[in-house]
Amino acid sequence: MKVASASQTNHSPLLRKKQGFTHYLQRDWQLYLLVMLPLAFVIVFKYLPMTGLVIAFKDYKIARGFWGSEWAGLEVFQELFAKADFIKAVRNTLLLNVLDLCFSFTMPIVLALLLNEIKSIGFKRVNQTILYLPHFLSWVIIGAIAYQLLSEGGGVVNNLIELMGGTRVPFLQEDTNWLISYLVIGVWQSMGWGTIIYLAAMSGINPELYEAATVDGAGRWRKVWNITLPSIRATIVTLLIMALGKVMDGSFERIYSLQNKATTEFTTTIPVLVYRWGIESGNFSRATAIGLFQSVIGIILVISADRIAKKLGEDGIL
Amino acid sequence: MKATTAGPAAPHKARIDIYGLIIGFVIILASLVCLLPFIHVVAKSLSSDSFVIANRVFLWPQGFTIEAYRKIFADASILRSLYITVIVTVLFTILGMILTICAAYPLSRTQFKGRRVITFIFLFTMYFSGGIIPDYMNINNLGLMDTIWSLILPLSFSVFNLLIMKTSLTSSIPVSLEESARIDGAGHFRILFSIVLPLSKPIMATLALFFAVGRWNAYQDALFYIKHEISLRPLQLKLYYLVIQASESFQLEATQVQLSNPEVLKASVVVFATLPILCVYPFVQKYFVQGVMLGAVKE
Repeated sequence: MKVASASQTNHSPLLRKKQGFTHYLQRDWQLYLLVMLPLAFVIVFKYLPMTGLVIAFKDYKIARGFWGSEWAGLEVFQELFAKADFIKAVRNTLLLNVLDLCFSFTMPIVLALLLNEIKSIGFKRVNQTILYLPHFLSWVIIGAIAYQLLSEGGGVVNNLIELMGGTRVPFLQEDTNWLISYLVIGVWQSMGWGTIIYLAAMSGINPELYEAATVDGAGRWRKVWNITLPSIRATIVTLLIMALGKVMDGSFERIYSLQNKATTEFTTTIPVLVYRWGIESGNFSRATAIGLFQSVIGIILVISADRIAKKLGEDGIL
Repeated sequence: MKATTAGPAAPHKARIDIYGLIIGFVIILASLVCLLPFIHVVAKSLSSDSFVIANRVFLWPQGFTIEAYRKIFADASILRSLYITVIVTVLFTILGMILTICAAYPLSRTQFKGRRVITFIFLFTMYFSGGIIPDYMNINNLGLMDTIWSLILPLSFSVFNLLIMKTSLTSSIPVSLEESARIDGAGHFRILFSIVLPLSKPIMATLALFFAVGRWNAYQDALFYIKHEISLRPLQLKLYYLVIQASESFQLEATQVQLSNPEVLKASVVVFATLPILCVYPFVQKYFVQGVMLGAVKE
């Protein structure tokens, strides 16, 4: 298109703006060369798989291959929506993530408010270091620790309960208990780490505001309510939008490390079904369809959350 | 504030102290909740079987023995998994850093035409992806199944890390520095290697840690892509089969003794797998905190 204009390279500064792309390619070829490598990675490992989404609309047979398989239209989706497991998985994915949002999202804010009240820097630092720790462990290790701690037979928590005269609780072997354990473990893993951004936002608050409030006779809670919280509002909203976008997501690793055969009621979620149907049973079309369904709902959620935030006068993320 | 007005100020001060104490107490409690589980698992791993079966181990080892650890170090398959994890983590981190720099440097230059389009191509993948199955089929088609490359290549380019690096390059490298270098006749490669990279050491250290810890801890892709080649299982996947699924018995080569209670052994495998992270944790923590705060900077 613009290649023609580039050949008649004009040195007049007025015409500079109209330089063609070849000119920039010549001038900054090193930059283009550099960006080629990551671009190739994104194309091969991100965009190439997207073409694979087509098999959600095909009756995919491994033997016949990608092109040989017959078109199925929306049949796969109709079949999917009729599955009892699908309904259950959507319900569970929403349930687990919404509950997780309620607890794992609010706890860091509470903890950050508490940490912010601490005056002793040494005490604060030591406790923060300990509170961040669970975030650095893999879900397999957390799952293994959870079983060591909570199992009905030899778990230390149950040993303590029994020692104090209570009866043993199947924390991970019964559906409702499992759900509660799942949420508590999520809070445990993420609460300390989640405080970092809030504490950073709080450190930016002008100390004069607190001094003025003290002069006006405001107590501790009044200052938290009227100064600290409003000051971190933008941060809370941004993180909330990002969290809302993940409501259809759910970490496969977290569920898979904590699940067991006794608790399928709540562990049947979308990522688990994708794994079970696709990789274990080889029903690629159905597993792709449910993955696509999840992605589309996820994007709709991010966009709507962003819109709502903007309507409410916040910045949003998109 | 000097308590010159002794009368009304004294009770006021006392009340604040009580709140301060309560807050301090709550924080100590939260820290203990984060710390005690480890201490318990460590104590268990160093105890003898009989005390664990009798439920007598809490926070201090009973019948101290390092027998379980001796068994782990005698088990070639666990050491092999550790070795695979180290190799994969090192290669992954190096490749990830190269890719991040290759993308971040051009995209941070305002003179680079087409950067909006290229940024969009990268960003789009954060919000939309093929999903697990198309990714799986892609790895299969590329012939990467059951190779360590399936754990290194696909995730090595991280858009999130790119954004952090880009923000850092845009804000921390003065334009004048680069301009003077260009006047002296330096090309982009020269500027990148002699000016930009040496000045970006802190951010590079942070991102390298992000890559390394992320890779060290992941097991989902290994679960999907390392199916038949058991010798290529990274540590986390090995741990998953051993401890959580308990589908694999410990193939102990040195001792053929039947284990009466695998709990102690499981505890010591957990400690064994956690130890590397625990050793580097105090040193890397502050970099991570910096990284998270940089990541929070909106583009």
